[in-house]
Amino acid sequence: MYSGILRGKLKDFLVEIANMASFTILTVKYIFRRPFEFSEFRRQSFEAGYKSFSLISITALIMGLVLTIQTRPTMAEFGAESWVPTMVFISVVIEIGPVITALLFAGKVGSRIGAELSSMRVTEQIDAMEVSGVYPMKYLVVTRVLATTFMLPVLVIYADFMALLGSYIGFTLHNNISLWLFIREAFDELYFADIIPATIKTFIFGFFIGILSCYMGYTTNKGAEGVGMATNSAVIMSSLSIFIIDLIAVQLTQIIL
Amino acid sequence: MNLVTETYNRLVIKITNLNKWFGENKVLSDINLKLSEDENLVILGRSGVGKSVLIKCIVGLEKAEEGRIEVFGNDIQQMGEFALNKLRKNIGFLFQGGALYDSMTVEENLLFPLKRNAPDLNEKDKNELVEDVLDSVGLLDAKLKMPSELSGGMKKRAGLARTLVLKPKIILYDEPTTGLDPFTAQGISELIIKVKKRYNTTSILVTHDMKCARTTADRMIIMDEGKIIARGNYKELQKIDNEIINGFFR
Repeated sequence: MYSGILRGKLKDFLVEIANMASFTILTVKYIFRRPFEFSEFRRQSFEAGYKSFSLISITALIMGLVLTIQTRPTMAEFGAESWVPTMVFISVVIEIGPVITALLFAGKVGSRIGAELSSMRVTEQIDAMEVSGVYPMKYLVVTRVLATTFMLPVLVIYADFMALLGSYIGFTLHNNISLWLFIREAFDELYFADIIPATIKTFIFGFFIGILSCYMGYTTNKGAEGVGMATNSAVIMSSLSIFIIDLIAVQLTQIIL
Repeated sequence: MNLVTETYNRLVIKITNLNKWFGENKVLSDINLKLSEDENLVILGRSGVGKSVLIKCIVGLEKAEEGRIEVFGNDIQQMGEFALNKLRKNIGFLFQGGALYDSMTVEENLLFPLKRNAPDLNEKDKNELVEDVLDSVGLLDAKLKMPSELSGGMKKRAGLARTLVLKPKIILYDEPTTGLDPFTAQGISELIIKVKKRYNTTSILVTHDMKCARTTADRMIIMDEGKIIARGNYKELQKIDNEIINGFFR
């Protein structure tokens, strides 16, 4: 009996994966179909990017501050206090910055996309677009996926610098150092080989947050209950994908570099 | 590609042996239907008998597993996405709740499909067309309102205006009077007649509102459990001795 249930679950899971894959392929196909919905892309970029700045600012500042406050005493014990800016900044740029920012982004933007598209689906707005000769995939999905893909890297870079500022504030609670010297110390051991994979990773995070949130919203079919489920699934799936992509990216970076 | 062929003998929709399932549940069973130009066909039936699914199949929103749906001579089921989208410009669809885009004003709702389907029209012509259509449904004063500011009847009229702006040859109405008070419902029924006269449209109207059916129908069919159980005009159907059919006339 249990093997039958398991088989059923596995089948459902594989069908869902196949549907997600075909949705992704369709989205990529529509990216190249002219004319491009530029004004909607601009609006979505504003919604995803600009409206996330305050959340990212506060979180990244605290992240840098806390990391520094917690690391400094241990480093000081080993007489390596001067390494704190470098250590904190490298860990923020390579790992913590992209992952934390992407998780926040998935929570804020992914949930919005999931809720918006699913409510459009249940109120037949997507069907209305389709019957009036408009391609909803192009107007609704492509613009959102591109907005998340291009806005997340911008937010991550911004978050890195806010974390650096937070780290400086934390460091100056016990040490007297100029901001300029602190920045120089932070960048001292940072190489392009560290920055490039981390940046590429954020584009992939952004793409998957967009595509999974759109998929969850676009394919919902259970009325008001479906809106809640789509919003929830958009955040869960996006967050999960961030960790999976991060794991793959770390492995690939180690093989390539 | 000319999708609307003049040689199609005034027959705009022809449905042959249509069958559709949702899982193991058969929702449409052996549907055969013809609709001529300028005709108003009303599909009557209780909730959940497959009326809405049928008109969604006609416009390609749902795909039937068996059978053939020809619109202006084109088999909807076999059409590619691009050709289907082109054909859809000739078919208007009024959704049950109006399905207005809630992030846009009424005017923007009308301009949205117009900009994408009539790129050659200049801004002035587009705005004039929008105002003309809004005027014809009595919503000119509400053009800057958001859908959340509209009443149920106004939403349906705005939805109809958005459909009319593309000058469709066929309009499919999904429960146009459901959820409205009797006065507003009567207003919508009269508007459907007015639209037919002014825009020369052929219509299929799905409803369980007998008053609306009586006002708008040239011909009626009655559906039950996915099947067509009766055809005819109001008077002919009234004479049939059948429990389900009689239920609509009580």
